[in-house]
Amino acid sequence: MSEPIIEIKGLGKTYLIGHKSDTGSYTALRDVVGRTVAGFGRKVMDMAAGRQIIQGDEVELFSALKSLDIEVDQGEVVGIIGRNGAGKSTLLKILSRITEPSEGKVILRGRVASLLEVGTGFHPELSGRENIYLNGAILGMTRNEIKLKFDEIVDFSGVERFLDTPVKRYSSGMYVRLAFSVAAHLEPEILVVDEVLAVGDVEFQKKCLSKMKDVAVGGRTVLFVSHNIAAVQSLCNRGIVLHSGNKVFDGAVEDAVYAYTNKISKNNDRALRGGDGPHIVHASICDDSLRHGDLVVRLEFESPYALEKPFAGLVVKDILGNPVFGHNTMMDETFVSKRGTSGILNFSVTDIPLHAGEYVVSLYFGDRSQNYHIEEDYINFLFVAPPIPMGISTSQIGNMRVKGVWVQS
Amino acid sequence: MQEKLVLEPGRANKNYWKDIWHYRELFQVLAWRDVSVRYKQTVIGVAWALIRPFLTMIVFTVIFGKVAKLPSEGEAPYALLVFAGMLPWTFFSTALSEASNSLVSNANLISKVYFPRIIVPTSTMVVVLLDFVISFIILLFMMLWYQWVPGLQFLLLPLFLLLAVLASIGPALWITSLNVKYRDFRYIIPFVVQFGLYVSPVGFSSNVIPDNWRLLYSLNPVVGVIDGFRWCIIGESNIYIPGFILSVVVTLFFLWFGINQFRKMEKTFADLI
Repeated sequence: MSEPIIEIKGLGKTYLIGHKSDTGSYTALRDVVGRTVAGFGRKVMDMAAGRQIIQGDEVELFSALKSLDIEVDQGEVVGIIGRNGAGKSTLLKILSRITEPSEGKVILRGRVASLLEVGTGFHPELSGRENIYLNGAILGMTRNEIKLKFDEIVDFSGVERFLDTPVKRYSSGMYVRLAFSVAAHLEPEILVVDEVLAVGDVEFQKKCLSKMKDVAVGGRTVLFVSHNIAAVQSLCNRGIVLHSGNKVFDGAVEDAVYAYTNKISKNNDRALRGGDGPHIVHASICDDSLRHGDLVVRLEFESPYALEKPFAGLVVKDILGNPVFGHNTMMDETFVSKRGTSGILNFSVTDIPLHAGEYVVSLYFGDRSQNYHIEEDYINFLFVAPPIPMGISTSQIGNMRVKGVWVQS
Repeated sequence: MQEKLVLEPGRANKNYWKDIWHYRELFQVLAWRDVSVRYKQTVIGVAWALIRPFLTMIVFTVIFGKVAKLPSEGEAPYALLVFAGMLPWTFFSTALSEASNSLVSNANLISKVYFPRIIVPTSTMVVVLLDFVISFIILLFMMLWYQWVPGLQFLLLPLFLLLAVLASIGPALWITSLNVKYRDFRYIIPFVVQFGLYVSPVGFSSNVIPDNWRLLYSLNPVVGVIDGFRWCIIGESNIYIPGFILSVVVTLFFLWFGINQFRKMEKTFADLI
């Protein structure tokens, strides 16, 4: 085991992206015509030169990964964590050869299989049996390998009775179970997993996790990408934190989780970058109230058009990524929404029933029909409550703080 | 640690053909998938592969043979002449349109899993080949009906079928890769196919083309294929050799060009699709 099984040196990936230029409050026909003509001219030039067509008025080079160096030894189970857009998925795409790097290189010493999404390549018209063969071949198994493992795959999925039914008649749970079973029985030296565990019921998720642990125990190398920090912690022994294309931490998984939560913390008062549609422009948690044991979250939103019934919601999670509680405007019967293009929504809960600790808040904003803007794990807060006795931690008793009364008689 | 793989930008892929060989099972599986879902949830199923060419043949025979009164080749019934031309043309045009959409309709595969991309458009050829075989049965029945006995050259037909396959693969690969990058081609292909039906000698013998235009006419690679098919099946007039050679040369050029273009663009498919 002299050489690392995965060697990443100075890896970078850039994409071309287009923007619509800011048009201000009204648009003149002259501008629209001018831009359309210019855009058409550019597209024709691009096509003549064999370049990619980019929608929008302004073109920008976007680096998804910036000179990344990582070495992974055989048998390691590495968790890769980071916010949306940190470059996790791009890294996995490069490792699984779906896309080419723009610079640097990767040396892989073993067969790579990726579980980027379960059910990739399932054909709805084909039966479960046929799809096992199809999916297996797509994931890189030979027909003999599939034949040998066929019974195991079927057993694991628990869909024996429906093997000859077209998968379009499957329930979504059955579909996912069958798909994961095929993927789980791949036996590559390097397994790349991206968020596949976010599906299926709890029991099946447990089954998947233990299957993945088996894979790791078998001396294979696993790269695991997830938002679910609890899953990363229980599976991996090493963690790498990515932040906007850079590696900001590499080490033991507990430290990585801490580094990640630290990275996203620091701020409980953040301005957000704008989007095209209705969006949150500013979100904050009131420090003063927090000191008194109350949680007050203030959301400021803007929209290019008037929203009939602005809607907002939030989910509070612990630092392991487990949701603790959530609330939204529809759950409050007394809430009256006002039509408008901008506004402020305040959420408050008095005497938070939580133990002391660090919590992360995800924000949702939309109207009654859909969410326009979701910010996962965006603001966070440190809550100081009456301390729990020494020797007991929230990992044992949970995050809920109930006002219990004990009487001895 | 058996295999060592280095991923770099712009890596010249030396193992390209070896890699394709390695994935031959996927080729079989994808082809089998396309074949088995082709006529699912249709009432008459495979009969579609019989009805479409048969009806087209009748229409063409009536319009070109009876209405326009174009000459047949020798004593051959006009319907046979039309069908001998339609076999390769249908193959070519279906191959072109099936292949060109194959990558886009398999976008979820392309953006999730690695395999040599060339497998996807080429595996659609198998379905088209199957349709060809079915239409060929019609031809045999027609020969029985007209009591038409072809000469020994009939045995060379597989050779011209191979030429038809090669003539389709080149342009198909080129257009497939362009279609990923520029979806304009989705609208261009049906037009090209419709146009080509009248430009190629499907409804008429290529003998009706004036001699001084014939070489130019043979720039269309399908002309060589159709002439070859007619010679095998009917055998009343000899192949126009300079034109045939030109057709073969154009075919080979497109084959080389198509594969080259496809390989050049292949690496960026996942970013573009």
